Amino acid sequence: MIARLLEGMPRAAAVLLALLFALMAAAPLFAGDYLLTVLILILYFAYVGQAWNIMMGFAGQLSLGHALYVGLGAYTAAALFVHFGIGPWIGLAAAVPLCALVGAFVGFLAFRFRVAGVYFAILTIAVAEFARVGFDHLDWTRGSAGLFLPVAQYARNDLWHLRGHPVMFYYILLSATAIAGLGCRALLRSRVGYFWLAIREDEEAARALGIDTFRYKMVAVVISAAMTAFAGVIYAFYYNNLFPEQVFHISRSIEIILGPIVGGIGTLFGPILGAFVLTGLAEMLTGALAALGIDIPGAKQVFYGICLLAVIVALPEGIWPWLSRRLGLGSDKP
Amino acid sequence: MSALLAIDGVSKRFRGLLAVDRVSLAVPEGAIVAVIGPNGAGKTTLFNMIAGVHAPDTGTIRFAGRRIDGLPPDQICRQGIGRTFQIVRPFPALTVEDNVMVGALLHRRQAPQARLRAHEVLRWLDLYDKRAQRAATLTLPDRKRLEVARALATDPRLLLLDEVMAGLRPTETDRMVAVLKQLNQASGLTIVLIEHVMRAVMALAARILVLHHGAAIAEGAPEEVVRHPAVIHSYLGAEDVA
Amino acid sequence: MSFDIFLNVAIGGVLTGLVYGLMALGLSVIFGVVRVVNFAHGEMMTVAMYLAVAAFTILHLDPLLMLVPIAAVLFAFGYLLQAGLINRFIARPEHSQFLLMVAIAIIIVNVLLILFGPDAQNVQVAYAFDSLQVGPLIVDATKLYAGLGAIAAAGALFAFFRFTQIGTAIRACADNYTGALVVGLDVKRLYALTFGLGTACVGAAGCMLLLIFDVTPTVGPSYTLLAFVIVITGGLGSMPGALVGGVLIGFTEAMAGLLFTPSAKSMFAFAILVLVLLFRPQGIMRRRPA
Repeated sequence: MIARLLEGMPRAAAVLLALLFALMAAAPLFAGDYLLTVLILILYFAYVGQAWNIMMGFAGQLSLGHALYVGLGAYTAAALFVHFGIGPWIGLAAAVPLCALVGAFVGFLAFRFRVAGVYFAILTIAVAEFARVGFDHLDWTRGSAGLFLPVAQYARNDLWHLRGHPVMFYYILLSATAIAGLGCRALLRSRVGYFWLAIREDEEAARALGIDTFRYKMVAVVISAAMTAFAGVIYAFYYNNLFPEQVFHISRSIEIILGPIVGGIGTLFGPILGAFVLTGLAEMLTGALAALGIDIPGAKQVFYGICLLAVIVALPEGIWPWLSRRLGLGSDKP
Repeated sequence: MSALLAIDGVSKRFRGLLAVDRVSLAVPEGAIVAVIGPNGAGKTTLFNMIAGVHAPDTGTIRFAGRRIDGLPPDQICRQGIGRTFQIVRPFPALTVEDNVMVGALLHRRQAPQARLRAHEVLRWLDLYDKRAQRAATLTLPDRKRLEVARALATDPRLLLLDEVMAGLRPTETDRMVAVLKQLNQASGLTIVLIEHVMRAVMALAARILVLHHGAAIAEGAPEEVVRHPAVIHSYLGAEDVA
Repeated sequence: MSFDIFLNVAIGGVLTGLVYGLMALGLSVIFGVVRVVNFAHGEMMTVAMYLAVAAFTILHLDPLLMLVPIAAVLFAFGYLLQAGLINRFIARPEHSQFLLMVAIAIIIVNVLLILFGPDAQNVQVAYAFDSLQVGPLIVDATKLYAGLGAIAAAGALFAFFRFTQIGTAIRACADNYTGALVVGLDVKRLYALTFGLGTACVGAAGCMLLLIFDVTPTVGPSYTLLAFVIVITGGLGSMPGALVGGVLIGFTEAMAGLLFTPSAKSMFAFAILVLVLLFRPQGIMRRRPA
């Protein structure tokens, strides 16, 4: 199974990837609490970055409102837990279809009415903002006061209720990221993957080759939204509190997309690399500032912005296409 | 015998300009038909109506007995009509092979089978050795060939070629002509081509349709058409017979 | 509720909407000519608002007085940004341009946060609580001045594009990029000028908006969004459309605030946006392209 999924990968890339995975799997053995939380953050961004990359990197549809699906997934599972005691995995079974449905709705509106390019991007922002303001006034989820989950007891790890030590979340996210990576690779090498790339490159030419572009764009949005819903559920149970102002905010959507962009849009490893680079840099900077005794809110973000600026000016395709050429891995598909 | 492609009295108007004026054309299965005419004669508009980019204002288009006018481009392609664009539109970031794979996957579910088909088509068009290159790096003649390869990979019964010889050197033109002839004879592929390069038209086409200001002014065998007074006056008189 | 209240709120909304319109005008001009969507538009306006706050608290200068100098500073900022950075991105794909602007937006927001702190700031001008009474109508002086200022600034911009040689040259660039190059126009410089004019618009709008609303460093993105909503409603690239869209959105927000709750007002703006995108994507002020 795994062998089949890795088929056609350059040997060097496969070995490096296996090493990275082994290192990540062993990390909790030597990582302290702080490093563990950073790694969890990295994995979270690597996972949602991959989900977003399906829409933008593969199918060429720029979503600037992916926080919508994180937020909906998080709120669905959290509200079911708080109100009815329904566990997160069953909550997930509700959150995923819900997000897929909302994604299908946004996609349907946009693609049927030919809302494309910049307009599509703005539509995705608008829907996410609509949800943010809407949840602010939704009493069932406690509105802007925020929805709180009973705080985790670290005595033992309860995987079924997602109550436990961060290590549990770490392994869940590590598995999710790895599965997402293999899944994305399989998708990209399948019929739908080729059709997505064709649509991304030139939609009219794709139609002339018989591709039902509406259908395949819908597939991309629905898969991406459904994948993101999972991240939302984990987010809710990891942080235990949800505020519409935070989860749906446009800056959350932008955080999601920075990793894949810095790493390399449309590549398989780009979103993962981007998450490491950006989160790693930001945390190192926080550490450096703290060590120097400087506490300026915003300094980290300014640095973030400058890094982003530097990457898009110097490496418009992202780090991974450049790096993989340097490493002699040839193709930018790992 | 009924024609594979039957165009009956189609017209198209853009903001008052009559681009195509009641044109009819019957293309039998296995034929090669050329559409010629000066720039702005409505050739590409006629193509775009067959390929589903525009719906005709009047008239009907039938393919294999079924009405196709007004259908979207993707459905028309799935029925068996492949097309190229006058201004080539390769998928620039994809390799030559992947460009053709996209076409080959239309009627094949699995990538490995599609790859076999892509390789076959790439060999016909002398692009096999360049299959790992990005399409963006190809020269114009190679892009024209890629355009044809991609359309062929969709296994069309009818191939619409919009000026695929333009910009090719004479030897390259001859090579393309040979490839198309071979395809036509071996698999019975029906071809309708818009072409300015008369050398290719005369070598390939069994019939020629001449458009001028949107209207059909002559139709017939190549030798007849080039002697037709209206054609000489409106078209051949104005442009070089290459 | 009496009809008078409706009318008063409506007038307030329209006057605020004029300022929104001026802000959106800047976005529309930039998009119409340079074809770049300024995703840092609202953030640039907060820069202007903070400049006005600083001028008021340190030098006790009225924001209306600072309107021209601040617009000039923002012009210079926009000009340099376009000349130094954005011109290189003209031929890049949309998402690449978008990211550039997002990076600039992130830097602006957080530099403001470092300089001015997270708390809301405003200016207490002498006429802050004045109002004019015309029959049953009561109009806030601040909103009136702001609205009039917006009309004056927009009028000046219209006149510039209509009657000056540079304005005509810029319109030529917008209509036909290649043609403009062929006749020897320095397109890059004209782009920089245009971007500068667009940011000067938000500069002026920021000064006036400060009379009506507080400013925080993080309010930028919501103004960016508001500018999008207005510009798309009016028709992206249409100058009169931006003003009309601004008035429409200002009015809608005011009414939503009155009839529902002020905090939900942006939902109505987004609802309008979605409806316009779906049913009249060219905007309310433009004809549908054939």
